[in-house]
Amino acid sequence: MPKRLLKWLFYGALLTGAFTFLYPFIWMIMATLKPEIEVSNLSLIPSKFTLQSYINVFQRIPISRAFLNSLLVSSIVTGSVLVFSSITGYALSRLQFRGREVIFGIILFTMMLPFQITLIPMYVLMVKFGWVDTYQALIVPGMISTFGILVFRQAYKNIPQDLIDSARLDGCSELRIIFQIVWPLSIPTMVTVGIITFMNTWNDVLWPIIVIRKTEMMTMPQTVALFAVGGQADAQMGSILAAATLLAIPVVIAYVIFQRHFIDSMATSGLKG
Amino acid sequence: MKRPNTVVAPYFLITPYILHFLLIVAFPVVFSLILTVHRWNLLSPMTWVGGTNILTLISDPLFWKSLWNTLRFLIIHIPLQIAIALVLAEILNQQLRARGFFRAVFFLPVVISGVVVTILWKQLYASENGVFNEVLLALGMGRVEWLTSPLIAMPAIAIMATWKNVGLYVILLLAGLQSIPKQVYEAATIDGANRIQQFFKITIPMLNPVLLTVIILSTINGFSLFIEPYVMTGGGPLNSTLSMNLFIYKQAFCFYKMGYAATLGFVLAVVVFAVVAVQRKFFEKEF
Repeated sequence: MPKRLLKWLFYGALLTGAFTFLYPFIWMIMATLKPEIEVSNLSLIPSKFTLQSYINVFQRIPISRAFLNSLLVSSIVTGSVLVFSSITGYALSRLQFRGREVIFGIILFTMMLPFQITLIPMYVLMVKFGWVDTYQALIVPGMISTFGILVFRQAYKNIPQDLIDSARLDGCSELRIIFQIVWPLSIPTMVTVGIITFMNTWNDVLWPIIVIRKTEMMTMPQTVALFAVGGQADAQMGSILAAATLLAIPVVIAYVIFQRHFIDSMATSGLKG
Repeated sequence: MKRPNTVVAPYFLITPYILHFLLIVAFPVVFSLILTVHRWNLLSPMTWVGGTNILTLISDPLFWKSLWNTLRFLIIHIPLQIAIALVLAEILNQQLRARGFFRAVFFLPVVISGVVVTILWKQLYASENGVFNEVLLALGMGRVEWLTSPLIAMPAIAIMATWKNVGLYVILLLAGLQSIPKQVYEAATIDGANRIQQFFKITIPMLNPVLLTVIILSTINGFSLFIEPYVMTGGGPLNSTLSMNLFIYKQAFCFYKMGYAATLGFVLAVVVFAVVAVQRKFFEKEF
């Protein structure tokens, strides 16, 4: 096959792919700006632009509260994972102590454990603690991630021992060494763990559906999912799609800004898992 | 001489992890085991039922149905995903313009919440006025009952899941392709191997570890199928999209059969391990 032709074929395939992945999203956004009766039209351009679908969403469900809940939960979980996973990762890679290999084994075991095994007892635990319908139920289970520990452990192996030794001679505690010396040297790793954790927490929906029943405590994906299956939308597709669009927007903005980091982070986590 | 600081410090540093592990892994696993031999609705005290849960499971047609549904999902999803991801990754590995743009576009559905994707596709699949059916009608073909036919609903969900996840596997395979040394291909070209032969004799075998990762990851993802049927079909029609996870969820949180649900969780975990083990074995043998 001539090289030129092959090249055109490749571009054709890439463009078809791009169209397939982008068009549904563009269609969705345009559908939310149409009057309800036009929502399912194939044409992208509405006869008149209207924000009615969005107004409906804001009137019917507490979506801004849900957004704040999700933001709060995802931020705290991410901060906590960065702090505690890096501390654990540091201990495992840079300190000698009895039982280190046992801990490492436990971490690998935990990573392989399907969540279906722990789901039911975790729920029971939340009930016994009185944490159903609280932020604790959404935050505490995610506070340390084994994935984060493994990534930090690997990254910290490359930090020169001299730096750590001289800090110790200066009287630095291990915690100060982690936060003032190790952290600034491992920013890319922190970005990776941060993005993955934030995204997974933001997008998780099974766990919130189980432990949160009160409307005002619900996370954003949960609120939108229940809006789509429940009766509140009055089967108005425009409103449901508007709620979905609102849910997608924060992630899309973050993705457009940090696109490269997102892709690299997910590739790392994919290969690790 | 070791200062006391460095002797105590490690244990101090790993304490948060240990506490977290005891709370969300050790206790739940042990408690889950206890639950499998009990009947419990959360309110009244637990009653010991021995092997009843597992026997109920074996004779529960809905369990087998959900297992079969999940396998049906995987049988469509995995080959489709690998084929598309391989083609796209192979093309992105060529010297072409705007590769970064295409890579970013293919990856977009991966970062977007499954809830968004499911809501969007539910509308695309809608029987009346859904985009797919409108296109089919415009082309002079008949409607397809995407989500209301027991035969087609699960494949429809598998297609949607492929669309959502394939970008991740494109990136993983692309990284794998880039790690194959160029000299191997040059040598093959000199020996007269054409592109297709090169693809099957060099690319596929060299990609073997990445392919295994892709298969295992999509298997594990497939067994966690929950929100897609939950939003799209509620498990219907006629339970044809009832995934194992959705089944467990319903047993636990609609019927409050905690012991039975815990048993299902264990069995599902065993099934996942078994399937992954078979895949590993197959890959070690084949290549």
